[in-house]
Amino acid sequence: MPFAVVLILLVVGSILFHLLSPWTFTELASNWGMVDFTVDITLYVTGFVFVAVNLFMAYCVIKFRYKKNARATYEPENKKLEAWLTGLTAVGVAAMLTPGLFVWAKFVDVPEEAHVVEAVGQQWHWTFRYPGEDGRLGEVDNERVSAKNPFGIDPEDPNGQDDVVVYSPEAHIPIDQPVKFLLRSKDVLHDFAVAQFRVKMDLVPGMDTFLWLTPTRNGRFEILCEELCGIGHHTMRGAVIVEDQSDFDAWLDRQPTFAEQTSRAPGNAAIGAAQYTVCAACHGSEGQGDEAVNGPKLAGQSAWYLKRQIMNYKNGLRGVHKDDTIGQAMVGMVAILPDETAVDNVVAHIVTLPDNPAPVTIEGGNIEDGQQEYRVCAYCHGADGLGVQALNAPRLAGMSDWYLERQLQNFRNDVRGSHPQDYYGFQMGLMGRSVYDEQAMTDLVAYINSL
Amino acid sequence: MEIGLIALALILATLLGWLLRQSFNTQPWVAEQVSDTAHHGPLGDDSNTRLIALLGLLAVVTSFFALIFSAYALRMELGDWVPMTEPQLLWLNTGMLILASIAFQWTRNAAINGIRSRLLPGLLVTGVLTLGFVLGQFVAWQQLQNSGQGITVNPSNAFFFFLTGAHAVHILGGLYVWGRATIKVIMGNSDGAVIRRSIELCTIYWHFLLLVWLILFGLLLST
Amino acid sequence: MSYVAIADRDHEQEHHDPDTFITKYIWSQDHKVIAIQYGLTAIFVGLIALGLSAMMRLQLGFPDEFSFINPENYYQFITMHGMIMVIYLLTALFLGGFGNYLIPLMCGSRDMVFPFLNMLSYWVYLLSVIILIASFFVPGGSTGAGWTLYPPQAIMPGTPGVDLGILLMLASLAVFIVAFTMGGLNYVTTVLQARCKGMTLMRMPLSVWGIFIATILGLLAFPALLVSAIMMIFDKTLMTSFFMPAISSMGADPGYTGGSPILFQHLFWFFGHPEVYIVALPAFGIVSDLLSTHARKNIFGYRMMVWAIIAIGGLSFIVWAHHMYVSGMNPYFGFFFATTTLIIAVPTAIKVYNWVLTLWEGNIHLRVPMLFSIGFVFTFIHGGLTGLFLGNVTIDLPLSDTYFVVAHFHMVMGVSPVLVVFGAIYHWWPKITGKMYNETLGKWHFWMTFLGTYAIYLPMHYLGFQGVPRRYFSMGNTEFMPDSAQDLNAFITISALFVAATQLLFFINIIWSLMRGPKSDPNPWDATTLEWQTPDHPPKHGNWGHHLPECHRWAYDYSVPGYEDDFIPQNVPADKAPAGRDHGGEH
Repeated sequence: MPFAVVLILLVVGSILFHLLSPWTFTELASNWGMVDFTVDITLYVTGFVFVAVNLFMAYCVIKFRYKKNARATYEPENKKLEAWLTGLTAVGVAAMLTPGLFVWAKFVDVPEEAHVVEAVGQQWHWTFRYPGEDGRLGEVDNERVSAKNPFGIDPEDPNGQDDVVVYSPEAHIPIDQPVKFLLRSKDVLHDFAVAQFRVKMDLVPGMDTFLWLTPTRNGRFEILCEELCGIGHHTMRGAVIVEDQSDFDAWLDRQPTFAEQTSRAPGNAAIGAAQYTVCAACHGSEGQGDEAVNGPKLAGQSAWYLKRQIMNYKNGLRGVHKDDTIGQAMVGMVAILPDETAVDNVVAHIVTLPDNPAPVTIEGGNIEDGQQEYRVCAYCHGADGLGVQALNAPRLAGMSDWYLERQLQNFRNDVRGSHPQDYYGFQMGLMGRSVYDEQAMTDLVAYINSL
Repeated sequence: MEIGLIALALILATLLGWLLRQSFNTQPWVAEQVSDTAHHGPLGDDSNTRLIALLGLLAVVTSFFALIFSAYALRMELGDWVPMTEPQLLWLNTGMLILASIAFQWTRNAAINGIRSRLLPGLLVTGVLTLGFVLGQFVAWQQLQNSGQGITVNPSNAFFFFLTGAHAVHILGGLYVWGRATIKVIMGNSDGAVIRRSIELCTIYWHFLLLVWLILFGLLLST
Repeated sequence: MSYVAIADRDHEQEHHDPDTFITKYIWSQDHKVIAIQYGLTAIFVGLIALGLSAMMRLQLGFPDEFSFINPENYYQFITMHGMIMVIYLLTALFLGGFGNYLIPLMCGSRDMVFPFLNMLSYWVYLLSVIILIASFFVPGGSTGAGWTLYPPQAIMPGTPGVDLGILLMLASLAVFIVAFTMGGLNYVTTVLQARCKGMTLMRMPLSVWGIFIATILGLLAFPALLVSAIMMIFDKTLMTSFFMPAISSMGADPGYTGGSPILFQHLFWFFGHPEVYIVALPAFGIVSDLLSTHARKNIFGYRMMVWAIIAIGGLSFIVWAHHMYVSGMNPYFGFFFATTTLIIAVPTAIKVYNWVLTLWEGNIHLRVPMLFSIGFVFTFIHGGLTGLFLGNVTIDLPLSDTYFVVAHFHMVMGVSPVLVVFGAIYHWWPKITGKMYNETLGKWHFWMTFLGTYAIYLPMHYLGFQGVPRRYFSMGNTEFMPDSAQDLNAFITISALFVAATQLLFFINIIWSLMRGPKSDPNPWDATTLEWQTPDHPPKHGNWGHHLPECHRWAYDYSVPGYEDDFIPQNVPADKAPAGRDHGGEH
């Protein structure tokens, strides 16, 4: 008897859980309401079966529980009943399958007027490409991918020259316009999934896949990679910004084309040297850093990283947290660099500075324990700690150790990397949390110092 | 995957047909003495049991090769496939394998007719021819390797090595059983029925691997 | 005991009863001992996998609270947990364990037809387990590619264990497949050739049917895994490009060109989907027998049950790509595979109806095995119904790769078969050991396991609706997820740890039973099947003493009208007990 009661309670409890659960589909933001409809039908049909069969079972357990003098009926089979049940099941299955196939047919058939956005996945971030004015994407090839040409666009292909390249995990699309996301991977499998859009599709290296949708709601919608792509899988995030056509056009205008990006003049180190005099006050005349004034070593750091961080300060992605007082000071300083060209110039100067290892300031770490800690770090920053541009991982070895430790603290405490647009900082925040305590951090820094 | 599916469908259809014959129109709940024809005794008839097990193994091997063929067909459709020129030596090897099968059949017939004197020569000829086939395959791989047609050059090469290698491994497995049968014949102290059974089963296996080889070789030649 | 004339077909020598400890328990060719060896090894690795899942759940429930879990070993844990549970625990336990124990006893034969091969199968399986465990200890650790081992990421930097780890994993799988093939050919041949007199196919207990068909599936499906494992080893070590396209990995070109990761997925799931039924069909069969025995009623619709098993087995080969709806394969395949997948729901539903109808007008003893069996029916209904969501190609768009999938397959392939495993162990424990277990402890074990697992997996579906992706080490701040989702995750973790801990009850129970347990009756459940009718209890080597049993009726003569006892064993001749009614067919 208690068993049957529990069964009934489980059925009732499951229904209540379903009805009361705050955890349900996110608010829809695309045209794929039909998907939700199919889910609903399936919920009703399966819910009915779940309740009916289990309650029947509970009834049997009560009614036909063991009694000493009772005897079970002898009934090998009942063809009529079995035929009925089979038939009813088939009807239920058909009721669920039909809308499913109907919706899938729509999903497979991309509307003619859909505009194209290429989403490119790589370990562990997203980038995007828009076809530009000619409406056509240039040929791409993974074997052509390099730091200068991260998309691997064929420079000979005229269609590729005006392609708008977005080297950031944030895509913009206009509202109410059907959009076809062309999906391409540079390395391993990924999956482009936005919960509010309901649709998702894998990115497969060596082939193009796609999905399409019409966004129906303005807002920022997170992209999650949903196909295991290595140790940084959970950090591979991005966002789709749905906005009005005019905002979209303005945004698109601000993005560089492939031609602009490749023809961009390199920074002028001579001009940069003049601007660097301001920086030298804290970072040292040779970029060697000065702990006393909280200036980390810059010399030897990769140009792309320096530029990104300066731009982050300028664009309000870094140095805005209330506890990041030093970062706030830096925000004031970068104001002397009026535009991207100025940033390029000063970076061009910094990379000419002599690279001598920064002095060791943190003692007492256990190098062997630190080596264990560093295993995870090495996936992105490299076994040698020199950083890997393709993974957006800066150099660690030979740089200011006190700065390293402070930044790791900042990442762990969400002081850095918490701005929603600082995607790479967010990644470091997720990974950095696996260094648990002060001792682990000291060990880690000791190991990095030994590299 | 069509090739895999077709092979599988054939295997399953065979099984299904047999099951249907067993069970159609029976009412299992009716207790009655069943005449003991549908199956064999508790230990079964030995050769039949082994035959069934061998057929099971052949079904597994069929599935294995059919799936490689499926993978081959799928991979071939991708852009970078360059058909490979098979070494001429394979024709010689094919000839040897056919002769080995014939020799085994001849030995089997001798075993069934009780002509013991023919067994050893038959088995030895089979063995030499089969070993010749394996060595020939090995030489063919060497030739390819040396002429810059190694396994990494193109997927067609990779599949060539994989397919022929997998086939050769199965042949070597067969040669192990052949070796045991041959030793029995040489020692001369085994029951004639035991030897006959071994030879019969080996013959089936040889014919099967010849068939696999002919399909495989045909596939390689035609693509 | 020279009557035990079991010919070792591979050696053709006279056979004697094993008399030393080594020959009796270690190098044993007795199917019952081999079954126990398989069972113990499988449960041992299963416990390791359970430990791994506890570690994962700790991280998911309480992110970044435990210093011994980092993203690297987390992904290694999920990979090894999945692989061990699916292959090395469930497949080995159902087929190597229960298959070995039950087939000869239920079919009325003395042993498997090839005892030596049977023994070899176990030792090769053990080797595969050792290789698998070894991969934890090599430089770089075990592979963290997920149990599906998808290339390119399985063999590319960025994934844990891309060097020795993945190679040992693939090698271990290949060795396992060899072991399985040896065992599997044995089971199939035994069922076909060594049934006792009168044991027609349609009189076989459904346990044997389930194991038999599952073995056939395994024999035909495992080669797909073998093929893909070999090809991946080639891609890794020889730089072929079967599965590897041209890629730019971390800014460098590893030198591959033109291969197709989708090809791997096709091969993998061509094995992987039948694998689901390799685990499920034996569970279906066993639970049918348990329900029938403890409800004192014949299994309802036996013929339908047999044909449903066969139909599910056949259909399981043409549904594999429902794991790949959003993989980027030709989307038009979706129509075909969604249809075949939903069709497979029909025979599966019939099985569920028949189990429930078996209870109808039965005389139900709620003993421990029965509790587990009814628990199975409940969780299987739940897991089967959520399968209708994921099998439907459209619903797969929002739900694939989320917690919904994890909840679904754990319900249907984790919880359900494991409940059957426990039910079966309790049911046959008296036969295996000759001792009884503690009923109360067994009931506690059931309740905690059953309710605990439901508390894990029911809420997990809803995290899936929410859009929480699987295989995420941590979520961080994610706007669309309410904070309560993390609380729910913590609740799930607590339930999971609770369930893991309560498994101790099971071990306490069996150890207690072995040491102190009362002697059991030879047929404590009044069951009809042949294994309960052995002359010795527990059965000795050779099973049947001087005379092989003869089978005179089907396995479900419970509560036959006109007979005093409420069961008639299969070996009772037709003239000594009612001969069944000519019934059922056409009314």
